[in-house]
Amino acid sequence: MNSISASASDFLRAEHVTMRYGGFTALSDVSVSFPKGQLTAIIGPNGAGKGTLFNVLSGAFPPSEGKVIYEGADITGTPQHKFARLGIAKSFQITNVFPQLSAQENVRIAIQALSCRYDIWSPRSGLKAMQEQAAQLLDMVGLTDHHHRLAANLAHGEQRSLEIAMALACDPRLLLLDEPTAGMSPEETVVMMDLITQLASERTVILVEHKMKLVMGICNRLIVLHHGEFLAEGTPDDIRNNDEVRRVYLGQGNH
Amino acid sequence: MSEIPMNTGEMQVSGRRLSDLVKLVARHRVIAVLAFMSVFPFIMPYEALAVNILIYGLFALGFNMVFGYMGVLSFGHAAFFGMGSYGTGIAIVHFGAPWPVAIGLGVVVAGITAMIMGAMAIRSRGIYFAMVTLALAQCVYYLIYQMSDWSGGEDGLTGVTIGEIDLGVVSFNLLDPTAKYYFMFTFVALAVFIFSRILASPFGAVLEAIRENENRARACGYNVQLTKWITFVISGLFCGLAGALNAIHLSVVPIESLHYHLSGQAVMMALLGGMGTFFGPFVGAMAFLLLEDVITLITIHWQLFLGITFMIFVLFFPKGIWGSILHWVSR
Ligand SMILES: Nc1ncnc2c1ncn2[C@@H]1O[C@H](COP(=O)(O)OP(=O)(O)O)[C@@H](O)[C@H]1O
Repeated sequence: MNSISASASDFLRAEHVTMRYGGFTALSDVSVSFPKGQLTAIIGPNGAGKGTLFNVLSGAFPPSEGKVIYEGADITGTPQHKFARLGIAKSFQITNVFPQLSAQENVRIAIQALSCRYDIWSPRSGLKAMQEQAAQLLDMVGLTDHHHRLAANLAHGEQRSLEIAMALACDPRLLLLDEPTAGMSPEETVVMMDLITQLASERTVILVEHKMKLVMGICNRLIVLHHGEFLAEGTPDDIRNNDEVRRVYLGQGNH
Repeated sequence: MSEIPMNTGEMQVSGRRLSDLVKLVARHRVIAVLAFMSVFPFIMPYEALAVNILIYGLFALGFNMVFGYMGVLSFGHAAFFGMGSYGTGIAIVHFGAPWPVAIGLGVVVAGITAMIMGAMAIRSRGIYFAMVTLALAQCVYYLIYQMSDWSGGEDGLTGVTIGEIDLGVVSFNLLDPTAKYYFMFTFVALAVFIFSRILASPFGAVLEAIRENENRARACGYNVQLTKWITFVISGLFCGLAGALNAIHLSVVPIESLHYHLSGQAVMMALLGGMGTFFGPFVGAMAFLLLEDVITLITIHWQLFLGITFMIFVLFFPKGIWGSILHWVSR
C-alpha cells in the first residue's frame, strides 16, 4: 500500500525515520507520505512521538536515522532558516512570537525575511508594501483591530493567530502546525479550526493534534502514531473504524 | 486636602511639558544627541572630561548594539577598543601615517579583530558567549603585551601625537582643548548618524527579532548565526573608532586599553544609562565618568562606591537612567 503512494504525487515524505534521545527511542522506523493539497493530521496519544515527527519534518533537528524528502529533494539536515525559502512554514506548539514588538511588526519581520535580510542602510519605515501585506495577513487571521498592540499584550488565542499570520508571510506551499489549538478556549478553537480549513483549501497542511475528535471533521487524512511507531493511516472514516486505533485511544481514556 | 489636588495638578502640567521634551528627544534621537554634545564642553567641569564622555559614550553605544539591541552579552569589547587604539597608534608612531589614514586603519584593525573573535565565539550562547569573548580578548591583550617592540608592552605606546591639523579651509591645533573636542565630536557625530541608520534599517529589525526570540527568527528564515556575526563586527567597528580617537586624545596607548576592566565598563555604562535605548549609553558614560571623577576627589575607595551605586541601579532601576525616564514618560 505504501509503495503505491510513493510516486510523483508525493509532496513530503519521511523515509524510515528513527529518532533517539540518548537511549530512548521516540520514533522508530516511521515511513509516511503527505500528498500535495491535502490536510493531514498526525494524531496519537501523549508520548506517541507526534511532536518528534513534527520537529523532524519541520527541520528543527535531523533524525537519528532516515530521510525527509520534499518535492523530490532530500532536505534532511537542511538548516532551519532555509525552510521558509523552500516554502515550508510552521507554527510552534508553545506560542512563539516577538513579544515586545507590535503585531504588525511581527508579521512584517517575517515577510522581510524573504527579501531583505542584510540591508543595513535603507529606512525600515519606507517598506510600505511590506507593512500593507502584514496588515492584510493580520486581517485574514482575524486580528483586524490589533495591528499596533504589542504581541505580549495579546490574548493567548490571538497570539496563536498571530503566529499563523507570521507563518503565512512566506506564502508557504507547505504549512506545518503543532497543536494549533493548544490552550485555547472552545470558542477560540472553533475560530482556529475554521481558519485552518480555509488555509488548507490553498495549500498542503500538516497538523499535529492529540485530541482526535477535533480534527476528524476537517482533515482529509489521518496518520496515527503509537509508542513511536506507525500505527495506521487513512480517511477519517477508516480511522474511526480501525479497531487498533480504537483500542489505543480507549486505553488512554476518552479523547 | 483641597490644596493637594491643586499641587498635583501643577506638577502634572510641568511634568507633561517635561515628558513632551523627553519624547521629542527620543523621536529625533540623532539631532538630540548631537545638539547635546555640541554644547557639552561648556557644562562640564573641564574639557578633557567632556572628550572622555564623548569617546566612552561612543564605545558604549557600539557595545549596546550587541548587548541592548541584539540581546547578547559580550565581555570582550575591550579588544576592539584597544585594537582601534593600537592600530591608530602604531600607524602614527611607526609609519608616520597621516591622521585620517591612521584612524581608518584603527577602525579596520578593530573590525578584523571582531571578525576573528566573532567567528570563534558565535557558536556559543548566553553566559558561554560572554566567557569565550572574555577569554579571546585576554588572548589579544597578551599578544599585544608580548609584541613590545611594536606596542611598547607594559609602558604602552607613546608618541601618538598629531599637532597641527590643516584642512585647507581651516587649520587648528589639537593642543587647544576646544578644538580637540570638536575634532572628536565630528567623528562621533558621523558615527551616531550611521549607527542610527543601521538601527532603523531592515537589518536593525532583525537584531530586535533575535533579541526577542531567536527560534522564531530562525523559523522566519533568518540565518541567526550569520546575523549575529555581522552585528558583532559592526559593533567592533564603532568601538574601534572610539579606541582610535582615544589614542589621539591621550597621545599614548596604554596597555589598559585592552584590559577586561574596559569590557566591564562597557557593560556598566550600558546598564547605567539603559540598555537597548539609543541615548542610554551616552547617559551611562556620562554618569559613570562623572561619578568616578567626583568620588575620586572624596575617597581613594572610589571603586567601592561606584560598585555600590551600580548595584543600586541594577536592583532598583533595571531600565537604567535614560530607560527609566523613557518608561516614566510613556506611562
Ligand atoms: N528532547 C527530548 N529529550 C528526551 N526525550 C524526549 C525529548 N522530546 C521528547 N521526548 C520523549 O519522546 C517521547 C515522544 O515525545 P513527543 O514526540 O513529544 O510525543 P507527543 O508529541 O506525541 O506527545 C516522549 O516519551 C518524550 O518524553
